[in-house]
Amino acid sequence: MPTRQEIALMAHLMRRAGFGEPRSALEARAIMGYEAVVEELLHPELLPAIDEELMYRILPGYEGALGPPISQADWMFRMVNTQRPLEEKIALFWHQMFATSNSKVDNPPEIGRQIAMFREYGLGSYRDLLVELAKSPAMIFWLDNHGNHDGAINENWGRELLELFSLGEGNYIEDDIKEAARAFTGWTIAPKIPRNPLGRFYWNFEYKPEDHDNREKTFLGKTGNLNGEDIMEIIVDQPASPRFLARHLYRFFVADEPDVSSWNSTPPNDPAAIEILVDAYKQSNGDIRSILRVLFNSDFFKNSLYARVKSPAELIVGTVRMAGNYEGFRPGFNNLALECAWQGQELLNPPSVEGWHTGPAWIDAGALMRRVNFASGVMGDTSHPGVKSIINRVRFQESNSPKTLVAVCLDSMGPLQVSDTTLKELLSHALKGGELAWDTPDEIKDSEDRVGKLLALIAASRDYQFA
Amino acid sequence: MASTNKDPVLVILQLTGANDYLNTVVPYTNPHYWDARPKVNIPADQVLPINDELAFRSDMEQFKAIYDKGDMAIIHGIGFANSPRSHFRAMDIWHTCEPDKIGTDGWVAKVIRDLDPTGENVLKGVNFGQGLPRAMTMRGVPITSVNHLASYGVFSSVSGINSQEERTQLLDSFSRMYSPAIGTGPTMEYLGQTGLDALKGADIIKVAPQQYSSTIEYANTSIATNLKDVAQVHLAGLGTQVFYTSYGPFDTHFNQGGSHAKLWIDISEAVDSFFADLREHNASENVVMMLFSEFGRRVKDNGTGTDHGAAGVAFVIGDRVKGGMYGAYPSLKPENLTQGDLEPNYDFRGLYSTLSDKWMGLDAVPIVGGQFEQMTFV
Repeated sequence: MPTRQEIALMAHLMRRAGFGEPRSALEARAIMGYEAVVEELLHPELLPAIDEELMYRILPGYEGALGPPISQADWMFRMVNTQRPLEEKIALFWHQMFATSNSKVDNPPEIGRQIAMFREYGLGSYRDLLVELAKSPAMIFWLDNHGNHDGAINENWGRELLELFSLGEGNYIEDDIKEAARAFTGWTIAPKIPRNPLGRFYWNFEYKPEDHDNREKTFLGKTGNLNGEDIMEIIVDQPASPRFLARHLYRFFVADEPDVSSWNSTPPNDPAAIEILVDAYKQSNGDIRSILRVLFNSDFFKNSLYARVKSPAELIVGTVRMAGNYEGFRPGFNNLALECAWQGQELLNPPSVEGWHTGPAWIDAGALMRRVNFASGVMGDTSHPGVKSIINRVRFQESNSPKTLVAVCLDSMGPLQVSDTTLKELLSHALKGGELAWDTPDEIKDSEDRVGKLLALIAASRDYQFA
Repeated sequence: MASTNKDPVLVILQLTGANDYLNTVVPYTNPHYWDARPKVNIPADQVLPINDELAFRSDMEQFKAIYDKGDMAIIHGIGFANSPRSHFRAMDIWHTCEPDKIGTDGWVAKVIRDLDPTGENVLKGVNFGQGLPRAMTMRGVPITSVNHLASYGVFSSVSGINSQEERTQLLDSFSRMYSPAIGTGPTMEYLGQTGLDALKGADIIKVAPQQYSSTIEYANTSIATNLKDVAQVHLAGLGTQVFYTSYGPFDTHFNQGGSHAKLWIDISEAVDSFFADLREHNASENVVMMLFSEFGRRVKDNGTGTDHGAAGVAFVIGDRVKGGMYGAYPSLKPENLTQGDLEPNYDFRGLYSTLSDKWMGLDAVPIVGGQFEQMTFV
């Protein structure tokens, strides 16, 4: 039997590299051993994928429908039910860093294909990923590269590629943007079929040599007849690239950091950690899997318990995975997707190319009320299988004391680490009901009810807002 | 509370998805309208004429009555230069008053901050709907956001709370769990304050439905429900000065005819009921309502609907509004269109300035980020 500390560390890994796991799964993983679990997470291709044929047969609307909530529900289904948690988590990471928004693209299935591309390339070579990103039809449309022509450049893609997707402000000059834009002329999407009257269609990447600027360019000091792939080669060898990527990875997987826009003037909270990730990038030639292996096995990661405010997706998916009330093919994923939007994270529709503002910026009175009501509503429902199994854990303890009740509930919901203020209140709440009793049907019902209420209270706590 | 009853109140109704200006205030005698709108038009014999040139669409009877009574200002040609055709970007600009960069702070939040600089009344600004609009978002400005007034509150989704006593116990526990915890770090402290604000707002606002009674029967639409909730909170005298709600979707690319009509029937009825309700309680004179949309729609129709455009129309309604038309309808002549769209001729920040300054009594410059031409409707 793994120690409590081993379980706590495994729970931390699974919250960050995935969307959390119920207690029984954590025990099984802890027996496997931490490093072995990290390896398994890093190789999603070795575990079964979501059976898409079955999924679209049972939930046919989830394949490419008109309204954004359907494509969001498709992703919600995968986040909740995947056996490859890091595959979904890394897709969410790239969606945050390479934010592409339906507000302009207006083609949710096509953004869904970009997310699928993140699943496929998201743990591989950074260079390959950037090339795929440049070929992503949703990205081309989002940042106007279909309007970037030989002799009449549109800088939008070139600018965001350098500013937000790879180097960060201050690591290039305006001429580099123009030269990058020239190198990506001719990277466009196949002619679009007009949306009306037949609806939306998938787009395809198309390279048009006749629209590509074939003259000499100078980008970040390198001169030649550069094409898009050459730009990516040059970018990934810049010293700014690993540093910029490391800060993104740190902020998403390790601990809250200030917004990207301040990175030029604000140093990282843990510069040594960034250096370790930069080294891992250099050692591996920008292999994301290798960088994450270093990250998850590092001390700075293992010491960062509850150092991040959960994103709405993490809060929602983590809670329903714990409660087990959205397992398998069932209706209702649209509601989860809408809830995510109402809590401030509309998937496939980030507020701007800068992605969502994270950390404490997820929280305002309206969003907090929703988070609290959602999580307490789910965890307080004693009909959910995950809640039932927590009730059973409580029931079969040697002690029926309020103190044990609180300890087992906190342990089952994390193990969740709470402040003294929270712990004191949970204990005093539990004490009001006295000892639990499980002898008569009435006592059982009453005790089940009390466990549910305590779980609701824990899910409503400040402490539960952190991942 | 009675003393705050007569403070100016602003109700903002956002028409989400880009309302078709041309089929709302219809240039029914303009030949360019008929050239551009062979399919998606309001038949000339069905419009409700305002004058020889302009008319309300046929479904806006209550709006026409409000206008005829002199309680409605129609703001023509509103928008901003280089209007983007993206809903989100355009809405963001309306929300933050930042057309050139991505803004973070909402203009309504700034109004609320200036009305209540210490954030003492967490109900100074109330949103009705799912999720908070960016217009009301700003660090340090508490906002209450309500989806259904009747069930609003912490733990409203926990099933099996059997008694009021049990609910009170849980809420007390919540309050103590969110009480200041020294030395737990700024994020914990911020969460604590935000949680207590949410709880306090819910606690005060729950008196509103308890105190409310009215003979007005609102329609069974979400906008009518939301405006009824606004009325209840306003009538409870809780010091709320800015209400926000939205309705839609106005994104009528396809089969515009029926959907656009229904939206305006719903809004006209709901707005009419809302003001009738306030009048019944002698509580209408300090209320002004503003309706806006992120942009208008393409002049030329696409066969069954209309695509994204630029200039739009805003409305300001209230007992103390000087009714009439303000500004000019942008030219429909093909040579005067920008990429097929009406060119905005009045900056939306002028509308905000007018309301902030002349109605709410605030310095508009820091709210909208500069000096903009004000109008005289209040």
